[in-house]
Amino acid sequence: MISIQQSDFDLNEEYRLLRSAAPEIGAIVTFVGLVRDFGDESLVKGMYLEHYPGMTERVLQEIIDEARNRWPVKDVRIIHRVGSLSASDQIVFVGVNSKHREAAFAACEFLMDFLKTRAPLWKKEITDQGEYWVEAKDVDARRTDRWKDSQK
Amino acid sequence: MNEIVIRIRYFARLCDQLGCSDEQFAMDSSGCLVAELKQKLAGRGENWKKAMELPSLLVAVNQVLANDQAQLHSGDEVGFFPPVTGG
Repeated sequence: MISIQQSDFDLNEEYRLLRSAAPEIGAIVTFVGLVRDFGDESLVKGMYLEHYPGMTERVLQEIIDEARNRWPVKDVRIIHRVGSLSASDQIVFVGVNSKHREAAFAACEFLMDFLKTRAPLWKKEITDQGEYWVEAKDVDARRTDRWKDSQK
Repeated sequence: MNEIVIRIRYFARLCDQLGCSDEQFAMDSSGCLVAELKQKLAGRGENWKKAMELPSLLVAVNQVLANDQAQLHSGDEVGFFPPVTGG
């Protein structure tokens, strides 16, 4: 499931949906990303998120397919919010379930690393000093690169 | 002349810098390369030249990541954008 949406999401509901595959599954891993109050420039009051409609969903589906090739995961749920957000708002949700925890942990981290470096989404930080488009970070590219060498 | 029309979309910082998010653009013939399109757009002025020559500029053709050697055909959608920063 992939959803790009302006509205907030309910972690409990997402967890309930991932759990509904029980007892076939034995592990659920979820990740939630939040708007941090300190950004590239200064104190962040809020954030604006833009994306490339259509391409975002397509890229996320490719990333999910690749995760499924690598690990025996059952369900994958990705939600990414767009539009105007405030400090401490939820931005992104990635949830994975599987028989065992190893696959769920790895797939969730893989999905986040690739989402950050492949999906056409852009953040603009809103501060008292002005608005700034966030710069892409080398550390994120390196996190994604390290999956290239790993079979799993 | 076998003119073709493509749709060009600009995102994030690029959209702000160029003051343009979406346009229809006519090119001389089918099979033109992304590189040729960038060259034409760069001719619009200093802003455009700077944007099109930025090494970090990314391009997608029909919503799939592409490069300067990709060929363009009538009805194609070309997206230009900076490195992604979601998540």
